[in-house]
Amino acid sequence: MSDAPSAGQRHRSLDDAPVRVVSARATLSTRLKNLWSRRELLLGLISSDIRIKYKNSTLGLFWSMLSPAFTLAVYFMVFSIFLKNGIPNFVIYLFSGLVVWNMFQNSINTATGVIVDRAALVKKVSFPREILALSNVGAAVVYFVVQLVVLVIFVAALGHAPAWRFLLILPFSFVALYLFTSALAIVMSAVNVYLRDMKHLMEVLLQLWFWLTPVVYSYENSIAPHLARHGLSALYFLNPVTLIVVTFQRVFYVSTVVHSTVTGQILHILPTWSFSKFLYLNLLLLGISVVLFVIAEAIFGRLEGNFESEL
Amino acid sequence: MAAVIDVQGVSKQFKIHHERHQSLKERLLHPRSGSTEVFHALKGINFTVGQGETVGIVGQNGSGKSTLLKCICGVLKPTTGEIRLRGSLAALLELGAGFQTELSGRDNVYLYGAMLGFSKRMVDAIFDDVVAFSEIEQFIDTQVKFYSSGMYVRLAFAVAVNVDPDILVVDEVLAVGDERFQAKCVDRIRRFQEEGRTILLVTHNADQVRALCDRAVVLDSGDMIADGPTQESLRIFREHLFEDGIEHDATRLHDTISIDAVTTPSGSFEIRSGSGLHLDVSVSSKTAFSGNFVMEVFTRGGLLVSRSDAQGSPVNLVPGHNVIGIDMAQIPLLDGVYDINVGIVDHHGHTVIAWREQAASIQVTYDGREGGIVELGASIRQQ
Repeated sequence: MSDAPSAGQRHRSLDDAPVRVVSARATLSTRLKNLWSRRELLLGLISSDIRIKYKNSTLGLFWSMLSPAFTLAVYFMVFSIFLKNGIPNFVIYLFSGLVVWNMFQNSINTATGVIVDRAALVKKVSFPREILALSNVGAAVVYFVVQLVVLVIFVAALGHAPAWRFLLILPFSFVALYLFTSALAIVMSAVNVYLRDMKHLMEVLLQLWFWLTPVVYSYENSIAPHLARHGLSALYFLNPVTLIVVTFQRVFYVSTVVHSTVTGQILHILPTWSFSKFLYLNLLLLGISVVLFVIAEAIFGRLEGNFESEL
Repeated sequence: MAAVIDVQGVSKQFKIHHERHQSLKERLLHPRSGSTEVFHALKGINFTVGQGETVGIVGQNGSGKSTLLKCICGVLKPTTGEIRLRGSLAALLELGAGFQTELSGRDNVYLYGAMLGFSKRMVDAIFDDVVAFSEIEQFIDTQVKFYSSGMYVRLAFAVAVNVDPDILVVDEVLAVGDERFQAKCVDRIRRFQEEGRTILLVTHNADQVRALCDRAVVLDSGDMIADGPTQESLRIFREHLFEDGIEHDATRLHDTISIDAVTTPSGSFEIRSGSGLHLDVSVSSKTAFSGNFVMEVFTRGGLLVSRSDAQGSPVNLVPGHNVIGIDMAQIPLLDGVYDINVGIVDHHGHTVIAWREQAASIQVTYDGREGGIVELGASIRQQ
């Protein structure tokens, strides 16, 4: 207010201003509305998260590439060169799955402890607390985008054409991934306030989860086909990350059936579903993720009430 | 006038864990142990604040005033009851709590603005004012971790008062910064008052409340014990405070000593500036007691003019009726009404035995040309 208003003048009367209510339990719709109204804070937190992480490093955001690149190189060496899994263009297969997995793992690992880590803020400033968890997911999304760009450049450089038609499914797949990850991140960040072990437990669980997801091995090499023979393939897809990983692999790796570079035998790499089945499954997952997100919000709202006695 | 803050039956309970089991192992091993106690921080508080009012919330430490404030700001959710708010609210709860020390001052202004619920566009518009107010122009692009604590607080205060809030909530933060910056903060709060904004001020400093507030709410261990004009509420606050003190006193002097009246020999409390005044304070006591006597003089505006005591010579009360005389040889006060508080305290000044707020009011008339509170008798001439 550089131009000092003269005494007695107020730019507006508050008689018609909307009323905000602070009470024990806000309804779910109020919570979601509040969350949406503070999206600018979310963006601010994401950008500060990223900037703080790479503030004093010379390579900056480049580090967010380097660590996944290293993981990629190690898995490639182990599975393709030492163990000779015979999958042609294994790097692309690996990369497209890792991009998804990194985003998921990064989010959950950082978000689980975030409410406890930022207790000072939570106890002093009023804002929807789940934004803290969402900002960690948001930062992971930024790294995800960076990695995706690299993947696209990589694929283009190798002259490997993606499955153009399946590209249409990617946005749905990504939103499903975002919502599912957010839902889990929100719940875990709240649970960790009551059970501080959750942070460590999640780190272990995520390792197990990684090996349950067909990132370094092919879907057809997993137990999924065995389950399918008994009509239980749905069981394998109880892990929502699997469908998203498989979709990304289908888009970037393209081939479902290849010849082994080692033995020349036929290898079934990816499910041979049609475009419409992929689309249907991804939309279904998207729907489920929306529901999970809303449930996560409701759970967070319940757990949030006692934060101040636990932090 | 619309109620800007409407507190309806707000109660807040905290669970106090005597033994905290926060790890999974401990929870599994001791599913039921670790007793919890419920602490009632607020008990059914009701009050409303209209647009343009400045209301003080006073109470001792632990009276629940900060809890109430946090509920109003939405940091805490009341256990029962609700608070209805109109308009935007900026809280100066713990200044700089939202700061990220790794980021620059500039980034933090935007982040803090966003936390208070203001958009980037709004912060853009006030950014220069914030920097100017905080007086840290040359360090605005320095990481906040290199700031001195004063700079830190000034920046936070500057954001909060410049984002154009409809309601400003201030919690004991006026004690920060050097005196000049404090004066600047008080100035800004006064301007907010003139602009018709609503201000909620939490403090245990009665002088500050007197100086700034039209109305005060008094809390005592979670109960609201007064809500009214500042003078009236502060009287209740003080008397209550001292009563509490007496209750804790093992000697139980409670009710044994009371200040009955303050009189002048002529019966008149109107004096001319520069003349003297003699006051007789009637004290009735049930026991013999030796202690100190305290007198305070306030302006109607709530400014402390003077506080004096018996200067080491004790007053020795005898059972029955006692009269203590106060002689003021010359009162250099200017035109106005001044309130006098009197009290009896123990020798160390720790415990107040009896207290009377506004025991008397004196009316001073002054014919000279000076303005203000006190006559300095300055003569001005060119040398």
